[in-house]
Amino acid sequence: MLTEFSMSNILPALPEIFLAGSILALLLVGVFSAKENASRSVLGLSLVSLVVTLLLILSGSLSSHHIEFAFPYGQGLDGGPAGFFFISDLFSIYAKSLILLVAIIAIILSEDVLNRLRINKFEFYILVLVSVLGMMVMVSSHHLLTMYMGLELMSFSLYVLVSFWRDNNKSSEAGLKYFVLGSLASGLLLFGLSYIYGVVGDLSFTAIGDVISDIQMDGQNVTLVVALVLVMTALAFKLSAVPFHMWTPDVYQGAPTPVTTFMAAGPKVAAFALLMRLLTEPFAAMAADWTQVIIALSILTMAVGSYMAIVQTNLKRLLAYSSIGHVGFMLVGLVGGTAQGVQSVLMYLTIYSLMTMGAFGLLMLLRRKDIYLETIDDVAGLSEQAPAYAFMLMLLMFSIAGIPPLAGFFAKFYVFSAAVAAGYSWLAILAVLFSVIVAYYVLRVVRSMYFDKMVSVSVDLSAPLLMRGVVVGLVIFVAGYIFAMQPLDEFTYRAAESLLLAKNF
Amino acid sequence: MPSGMYFTIVLLPLLVATIVGLFGNRLGDKASMWITSGGVLVSMLLSLVGFMEIAVYGKPAIEATLYEWIASGALSVSFGIYIDKLTVLMLVLVTVVSSMVHVYSIGYMADDPSKPRFFSYLSLFTFMMLALVTAPNLVQLFLGWEGVGLASYLLIGFWHHKESANAASIKAFLVNRVADIGLILAMLVAFAVFGSVAFGDIFASAQSVAGQSMNFLGMNVPVLELFALLLLFGAMGKSAQIGLHTWLPDAMEGPTPVSALIHAATMVTAGVFLLARMSPVFELTEIALMVVAWVGALTAIFAAIIGLTQTDIKRVIAYSTCSQLGYMFFACGVSAYSAAMFHLFAHGFFKALLFLSAGSVIHALHHEQNLFKMGGVRHLLPITYGLMWIGSLALAGIPPFAGFFSKDFILESAFMSGTQTGYSLYIIGTIAAFLTAFYSFRVLFLAFHGTFNGDKETFDNAHESPFIMTVPMMVLAVGAIAAGMLGLPMMDTAWWNGSIVIFENIHVGVVEAHNSPLLIKLLPLIVAIAGISLAWLMYIKRRGLADKMTKALDILYSLSFNKFYFDEIYEAIIVAPIRSFSKFLWQKGDVEIIDRFGPDGVAELTRRISVTIRPLQTGYVYHYAFVIILGMLALITWLMV
Repeated sequence: MLTEFSMSNILPALPEIFLAGSILALLLVGVFSAKENASRSVLGLSLVSLVVTLLLILSGSLSSHHIEFAFPYGQGLDGGPAGFFFISDLFSIYAKSLILLVAIIAIILSEDVLNRLRINKFEFYILVLVSVLGMMVMVSSHHLLTMYMGLELMSFSLYVLVSFWRDNNKSSEAGLKYFVLGSLASGLLLFGLSYIYGVVGDLSFTAIGDVISDIQMDGQNVTLVVALVLVMTALAFKLSAVPFHMWTPDVYQGAPTPVTTFMAAGPKVAAFALLMRLLTEPFAAMAADWTQVIIALSILTMAVGSYMAIVQTNLKRLLAYSSIGHVGFMLVGLVGGTAQGVQSVLMYLTIYSLMTMGAFGLLMLLRRKDIYLETIDDVAGLSEQAPAYAFMLMLLMFSIAGIPPLAGFFAKFYVFSAAVAAGYSWLAILAVLFSVIVAYYVLRVVRSMYFDKMVSVSVDLSAPLLMRGVVVGLVIFVAGYIFAMQPLDEFTYRAAESLLLAKNF
Repeated sequence: MPSGMYFTIVLLPLLVATIVGLFGNRLGDKASMWITSGGVLVSMLLSLVGFMEIAVYGKPAIEATLYEWIASGALSVSFGIYIDKLTVLMLVLVTVVSSMVHVYSIGYMADDPSKPRFFSYLSLFTFMMLALVTAPNLVQLFLGWEGVGLASYLLIGFWHHKESANAASIKAFLVNRVADIGLILAMLVAFAVFGSVAFGDIFASAQSVAGQSMNFLGMNVPVLELFALLLLFGAMGKSAQIGLHTWLPDAMEGPTPVSALIHAATMVTAGVFLLARMSPVFELTEIALMVVAWVGALTAIFAAIIGLTQTDIKRVIAYSTCSQLGYMFFACGVSAYSAAMFHLFAHGFFKALLFLSAGSVIHALHHEQNLFKMGGVRHLLPITYGLMWIGSLALAGIPPFAGFFSKDFILESAFMSGTQTGYSLYIIGTIAAFLTAFYSFRVLFLAFHGTFNGDKETFDNAHESPFIMTVPMMVLAVGAIAAGMLGLPMMDTAWWNGSIVIFENIHVGVVEAHNSPLLIKLLPLIVAIAGISLAWLMYIKRRGLADKMTKALDILYSLSFNKFYFDEIYEAIIVAPIRSFSKFLWQKGDVEIIDRFGPDGVAELTRRISVTIRPLQTGYVYHYAFVIILGMLALITWLMV
């Protein structure tokens, strides 16, 4: 039944294939290197392979075809393939580039901390790479099986990464919690997928989209509604949208900070990209249903994310709730499913990932006597002990609160204007009100740094130059975004258009 | 490129003010002082070159645009320069006095700990004043207008640890703001009537709208009269005319060089400058001109009366400034704009000289400003004494000093305008001239003659000011002597080359001024000499006489000494009601209602919500799983229903 083998059916997936090959090779390198420099060499090589993968992906954006498919299967009525497992369009190219950038930054930020926690083992980098591969597959999947495979590949690596600091109770606890709940979500997802197969008889996005739009003509289909909710529940769990968010603070706090940094950015991008593809392609005909779900999730998520962050004293937990709140704002951009909405979410994802990683990166730079700053009280008086770092953290915090002219403001501006354009002004107004609450907890951190009585223990700032450079770079992005928004705006817009075009193929 | 030079004149003070303002503490005191003074001195030299070109060689006016500042619909405002004879005259006056004050301050402020801030403010003030006089439109003029207001606020309150200085700076700012409403409304009227705020456009179409009227506050009023009266109201604030003058005497709380810069030659002259600049409009009005004349005349006499009895050396000079500005206003009121500008120019020099001389005395006597605690210091401060004589003679209007020519020109123009108002103004002006001569020599005699009345230690430590202070004073003294004779060509309206417009066939005073009867010409001089003699009699020859007269004229004396109770009246009818109303709004409205239910209430509610929902996060996996299932079921149920 399989169609003939041909290079053009594989080439669009070249970056993924390269990365998979690199992972296998790196495993061998890690095993056969001398123990003391195994992690060092794997670190270097994984950066190289990530950069090469990024270049391969970006070279795809130069291709004249905006949408390419790979891995065909079955035979359709017209003699062509019945469907494809894999799609590569500008949308996936953008999302994957962002994921790779996130991974590169996360790895650079990790090494110093891992060394200090004495958990710098080469498996760390390989697990990051595997989960990146999973994310890339998720973003490019055009078939429910590919999707599930990517999702699980990502999740399993993350379960291990969260409990990577296995001597630490919190880390182990967090890993276990994440694993148990993740399995539940995975089960719900499979349950939903089975319903879809039961109704449609095919797992290809194209086929599902066609069948659902036929069925929707005759009114609401109960089975499909259940399936939609189950699938959205599973993805909402990965996004940590309320009420499927409860693992997030525990896991973000318990996991080693390098893992948290990576988790706060990478999986969000992948899950959001997948959600957007699902909603605009296979489930496009059910927009009336899923828009309601999105609205409900977004309001709950914004509310809980903002309100719960206020009472936090631990900075990692605070940032966890803040990232929940950001997910709520991004969901606002998704209502209506317009190209502008998709673009706004991509833009928000980009800015959110980089500024959150910057904030976590700063937390990984600041220590008092070898103990990382963790609570709001820990940063008291930082403005005098480490003025440059305090200033950078203040910029990032203000950006998180969405204060112009920092990048975070434009992120919110994009999603709110998308919601207004889609006819959901009331939701945009509500979102603006919630964003005011964000300022509440952000200002608490800034106040502690600038106005509270100094902690007498001196601050240790020694860190590798590259790590510091990356953090500074992220801050510069956040502060200087206003001067360089044009190219990103264009790229995200074309990516969003290509996503909405894909369903016509 | 000639316009480049004028832009340099205007922008150089801004540049040095910015440099010293931002980096003054790193540059150090010395560098800060010389950078600002140097910048303004260069500006002065270029202004003199410009004066030669435009005023002496009679080159045509220059108009240039630096950039388009505001473009919104039909409104278009550019930031640029408009250089004609009126402007170059002001440029020279402003930059000369400003640079002399800069240099003088190097000595005067030698003990002050925050010199860079002071000099940065001085230069900023200079820039704002230059932007004002070079403005090609009302909006840029307003920028400078507000800018000098701001800079004067900063300078008057420079010694911010002194409560009285703070109060004075706030008072100056607020009183000026009240008047600024007039200028803002005038801009709006200009845009509504002329469709433009550029001077060129306004002047070009002023004639054509002369007969029109518009609705203002429900009344139908002639547009030009309205426009002119609003401008006048704005000018009254800056030029401290009666009613809006209360800020000027209090502003003496600032360092003395500031008084010399702001209250002699620059900020307070802005109002007169505005009237002269707007002469093409004022010439078409009747009521407005009359109001200008009477405001000026009343200010001239009333401030002079107050000046008679004040005990603070600087306040006397401040009231004399008020009075002299009154002269300039009533000159404008009888269409003698050229006379007003001439007096403004001459007055700028000798008044700055008087302030700096007073500063020199104050400096020598450890910041003693009370006239009755001075006396007999003429041997200790010979240079200051001599310079004070020059300044006082110029102020009193004794030939050949500057004040004689310009004051006479004003009075003659008023007399020869041939109207009832003109005669009244001449009489009032002459009386004021007598008072002026009296109080300026009262200051001189009280401070320098007789015996010292302060404590002995101060007297023993008193010494002449250093050259860095006396040399600028000498430069200004040269101006005070020469400005009158050099300025004589200004009496000819044709000299102004169109920058001042006078309808000489209607308003004949300026033209006929030379033909006034000899008695009219000599009377001001005679009363001035009489005033000086009276001062000599009362304060040198027979010291007891002053006290006897005080007792005899008890009511009049206390009226004058208490400045006609202006401050008290304002306090009772304006300040106190506003303050209690504000207090009500603050304590009842804001704290009790808005804060309680607004910011504080919402913040408290937010915090409570957070605390309430916090226990939901239990940490137990089975709770989390339960919530996931529950959430999923809720969503399904909701979509099904």
